[in-house]
Amino acid sequence: MKKQKNILVQFFSSIQLSLFTFFVLAIASIVGTIIEQNKDAAYYVDRFGPQIAKLFEILDISNMYNSWWFLSLLVLLSINLIVCTFDRLPKVWHMVVMDNLDTPVERLEKMGERQTFLVANAPDEAADIAGGILGRFGASKRRATEGGGMLLFSQKGAWTRLGVYVVHFSVLVIFVGAIIGSIYGHKGGVTIPEGASASQIYEFNTDRPIPLGFQVRCDRFELSYYDNGMPKEYRSDLTVLKDGKAVAKKSIVVNDPLQYGGFTFYQANYEALNELMVHVESEKSGAKETFLVAPREQAKWPEEKISFGIINIEGGGRGADYRYKVWFEDSAGEPFTFWLPSSQVGKIERPSGTYTISLKRRFVTGLQVAKDPGVWWVYVGCGAMLLGLLVAFFLSHRRVWVYISREGEATRVLLCGSANKNRLGFEKDFAALVDQFQQNDRLTPMKETL
Amino acid sequence: MNSSQLLGITTFTYLAASVLYIAILIFKARKMGIIATLVTIAGLLFQTAGITMRWVESYRMGFGHAPLSNMYESLVVFAWAIVVFYLFLEVKFKNRMLGAFAVPFAFLSMAYASFAKEITQQISPLVPALQSNWLIAHVCTCFIGYAAFAVACGMGILYLLKARHEERAVGKEGILDSLPDLKIIDDIIYKTIVFGFLWLSTGIITGAVWANSAWGTYWSWDPKETWSLITWFVYASALHARFVRGWAGKRIAWLAIIGFFSVIFTYYGVNFLLSGLHSYGSR
Repeated sequence: MKKQKNILVQFFSSIQLSLFTFFVLAIASIVGTIIEQNKDAAYYVDRFGPQIAKLFEILDISNMYNSWWFLSLLVLLSINLIVCTFDRLPKVWHMVVMDNLDTPVERLEKMGERQTFLVANAPDEAADIAGGILGRFGASKRRATEGGGMLLFSQKGAWTRLGVYVVHFSVLVIFVGAIIGSIYGHKGGVTIPEGASASQIYEFNTDRPIPLGFQVRCDRFELSYYDNGMPKEYRSDLTVLKDGKAVAKKSIVVNDPLQYGGFTFYQANYEALNELMVHVESEKSGAKETFLVAPREQAKWPEEKISFGIINIEGGGRGADYRYKVWFEDSAGEPFTFWLPSSQVGKIERPSGTYTISLKRRFVTGLQVAKDPGVWWVYVGCGAMLLGLLVAFFLSHRRVWVYISREGEATRVLLCGSANKNRLGFEKDFAALVDQFQQNDRLTPMKETL
Repeated sequence: MNSSQLLGITTFTYLAASVLYIAILIFKARKMGIIATLVTIAGLLFQTAGITMRWVESYRMGFGHAPLSNMYESLVVFAWAIVVFYLFLEVKFKNRMLGAFAVPFAFLSMAYASFAKEITQQISPLVPALQSNWLIAHVCTCFIGYAAFAVACGMGILYLLKARHEERAVGKEGILDSLPDLKIIDDIIYKTIVFGFLWLSTGIITGAVWANSAWGTYWSWDPKETWSLITWFVYASALHARFVRGWAGKRIAWLAIIGFFSVIFTYYGVNFLLSGLHSYGSR
């Protein structure tokens, strides 16, 4: 029974499995970039023939990255990570917390980096001095050993051995974030005409309505172009309404969304309606009103006894402004017409009073809406991964021992050490330590040996 | 002088530097090495000035932005990063013979940017999707990583050539003798991959954060994203194989070369061969 478990653990913690999973994930991912994703069934029949299309359907190739087998590969990778961590972490943890003063003297004598000094100082005094020097490297400990010797130890960065596990753990945290997002999150969209509001969004792929619990109103949509005709900005002025009251307001552009109630609203696209928003103000009464007017349709403002309409539209090429021909009539005198460019204010002076009029095309703004409670897990995971990589690659666990013993009349000081990574860097650290021992004026050298 | 003149001069300076590095390798003219280095540094200065000028010029045109917004600009930054990274290696490992396997990449990138028909050099304003502070962070991190991988690939080729030479011509003197020991080249490849991997990871993460702030999805399996992940898998495999199985030498050299093919496809192939969200780069 025990042996069987070992085989399983061995399999799931093996590096071969990791490399295999990496390889298969990479190959599978390539397939998904070559075969276009999320097309309808007819597309695949058309491109690849009915038989291959059937195979694609079984393997869920049209939505490959969410298919059972691709997700299984990710699960396999996770199991691999978890089992390998449980398999190795205890040993590594032991290295982090182990009592290095237990290290047998024979091992110290064989360390890669080592240097011996013979000094005239008494062992206790030599140990004190060595402790002082090691203290500058890292906190030092000492203990008497069997046979009358004295062992001192100091280390730096024991915790850095955990860096690689931080990286592995961060991958799992990212997966957890992705799972939370797919269970509790929503991705959808909504289109809102200027002046209108929406209280629900529609989920992508399913078109299922999702109630927001509040309303989002589009007060205005505006697009602008650079001189060369390239689009410069898509801007929607949004207001969030709760129980009819405005509770939040924001002008959103691409890359600067509105966040409210766990939902985030992104500027995604737009559409122009065959309808104009005409804003009219009467100077005499101070009244102002916005009318929705279709071209060649008459609008009336009974309170002011005026009526008007748009009888012609010109221009509006890419990046160019529209120009509107406005027809206007009031109770006094003949109706008349004039041209008014978009985004300009026209002033109409009539015997009955003075009116200002401005008009713009009515747009529908297209918003992408996301609710993803898992995104912070993903970000924390990403941050942890970068920190973990830095630690795993660039920091090392460096250990230094000093063993002091009597050798005839003299006191023998053995300085030795090792590092788990970046041996070249440690060589320099060690040389500096050796230097500090040699330069120390309280240590009286007898003679030097190797 | 304007940016395109400066970047034109840069291209020819890198050509000269490449020729010099290859020449000192072939003729074993170690003492001439300093000239190759100086020419490379001159090229780097021209290029830095050129990139700065392009940045300034975009402001003069009324829509200023960092020159990181299309294929041309990214190729220029790629070349710049390769040269900076290579010069760092040269100083760190005190060997000029490596230049023959690194600086030509910078030249090729500049030459392609300057002479390919499908690449426009025009400075254009940023479309709404690119108007973000993440642009600089994302593009810079990715290209530092790509540059490191380019150099790792060069060192991989160098390793394989030298290894083959040593196997065939035992005891004979050859062109490649003046190169560092295989062990040192192996160490350079490994460290360069580590460095690149860290930046590639940062590049993928900054891209994900940016995508989330622009579209509300940090990962959508768009071809560019997917290929960057494939590249990440290749280098992650190389690092695991080395850490756990002790892979070194030829195997790591081959992985450095394969990895760079994946980088090239992520960077270039996806833009021209596959369709997706990330189409800014193809113009």
